[in-house]
Amino acid sequence: MVKKTPLHACHLEAGARMVEFAGWDMPVQYSGVVDEHRAVREDVGIFDVSHMGEIELSGLGAEAVCRRLFANDAANLVPGRAQYSLIPNEEGGVVDDIIVYRLAEDRFLVCVNASNADKDFEWICDRSAGECSVVDRSDQFALIAVQGPKAARLVGQLVPEAAEMKRFSCAEVDIVGHAGMIARTGYTGEDGFELFVPSAAAAHVWNRLLKDGESLGVRPIGLGARDTLRLEAALPLYGHELNDSISPFEAGLDWVVKLNRPQMTGYEALARAKKQPSRVLMGLVVDKGIAREGCSVLASGIRIGVVTSGTHSPTLGRPVAIALVDREADTHDLAVDVRGKPRPAQMTNLPFYVRAGD
Amino acid sequence: MEIPSNLRYTKEHEWVRVEEDGTVTVGITDYAQEQLGDIVYVELPEVGDDPVSKDEPFAVVESVKAVSDVYAPVTGKVKEVNDELPNSPEAMNQEPYGDGWLVIMELEHSSELEDLLSPEDYQTLLNEVA
Repeated sequence: MVKKTPLHACHLEAGARMVEFAGWDMPVQYSGVVDEHRAVREDVGIFDVSHMGEIELSGLGAEAVCRRLFANDAANLVPGRAQYSLIPNEEGGVVDDIIVYRLAEDRFLVCVNASNADKDFEWICDRSAGECSVVDRSDQFALIAVQGPKAARLVGQLVPEAAEMKRFSCAEVDIVGHAGMIARTGYTGEDGFELFVPSAAAAHVWNRLLKDGESLGVRPIGLGARDTLRLEAALPLYGHELNDSISPFEAGLDWVVKLNRPQMTGYEALARAKKQPSRVLMGLVVDKGIAREGCSVLASGIRIGVVTSGTHSPTLGRPVAIALVDREADTHDLAVDVRGKPRPAQMTNLPFYVRAGD
Repeated sequence: MEIPSNLRYTKEHEWVRVEEDGTVTVGITDYAQEQLGDIVYVELPEVGDDPVSKDEPFAVVESVKAVSDVYAPVTGKVKEVNDELPNSPEAMNQEPYGDGWLVIMELEHSSELEDLLSPEDYQTLLNEVA
């Protein structure tokens, strides 16, 4: 049975094209991927990401559980702050990538990928018995992302506190009459917010954002543009740049893993992997054709790795790809095998896009 | 959904227009471009004397979301390709029956035209898939 978010009817009414994603019937596009992508880069867009999971850890032992199960150090979080983190496995691979929001000294909300939500909940429950309370709150929350250079102006109209919030801060606030939580986080490479609202209030908040944002050019954005936006910003997507057998060091996430506590899951494997990551993520601009996930990367005709994500970059107007390649490999004469044809490619720094001011 | 009455169609959502000189112009339909979404890349066949066979994949159209083969609607030589298209593939979204045309072919067996769908039959097909 395909699941529907509390905003499903709004998407159908807006004429969105729907697809199944991670067991959910989700909008992939409204007006078109490129058009929606530009709206977020230039103005502001709103995304229904209610398919994502929310798991709350609370109680006196919650911090210790977070520090043991997550790779970034939750002890560095003061209440009202959020951090990007990873759930490592024993082998030094990644169970999921997450955002941890510290709502209070003894209360953490963990936002997880839709495709991993059930697995993560079980993983955390199995490893925290008796130490803290673990509650799957995914069904209680709708999650609306508001992203783009005009996001602060739009969200500020609904939540006055928003404009003053720093990046990666979070607060439990009133959102147009509904008790919710907002955070200055996102997945587009732009400034923006994520609004956690009670499911029953989702349509009200969504419609208010569309109405109040009309003069700012607000648009609803589908999963298609969400992917092109995150790819340009080189933000990893679980199942592509991350999985249970890619180490965070290979994925360029050294800054996330704090090896300051041996009790952390996978500590030894991660410490070893840090010394000699065997692969590295590489940015590629491809001459012709779109290099998609699974395409081989060739250097002087020899296979050196594989494309993890690829698309047409609306900002660059070129095909771009992220690839996982052997660290020691020679990188002369790069090409990507696109459906049997080697297409010349140039190595480039990641990310492909950095917003002005960052 | 636009289905011009002067064209013939295939089940793979291509259109064929018979020109006065007997050649045929080929493109993808309005429905096809809408399903693909923003088209960002097109790979056209080479102009040449080797005929391509009916139903052979002879071009590639790629959108942000998906890649799709285009099948030769008839057997024949490729006489001309739309050279403008690789630089402005969005023409296939904007004018699938105009500037978004793909190739001009020299028809080998005129009887193959009878295998193509009439606008009415193509409309019926769309009603079934939509």
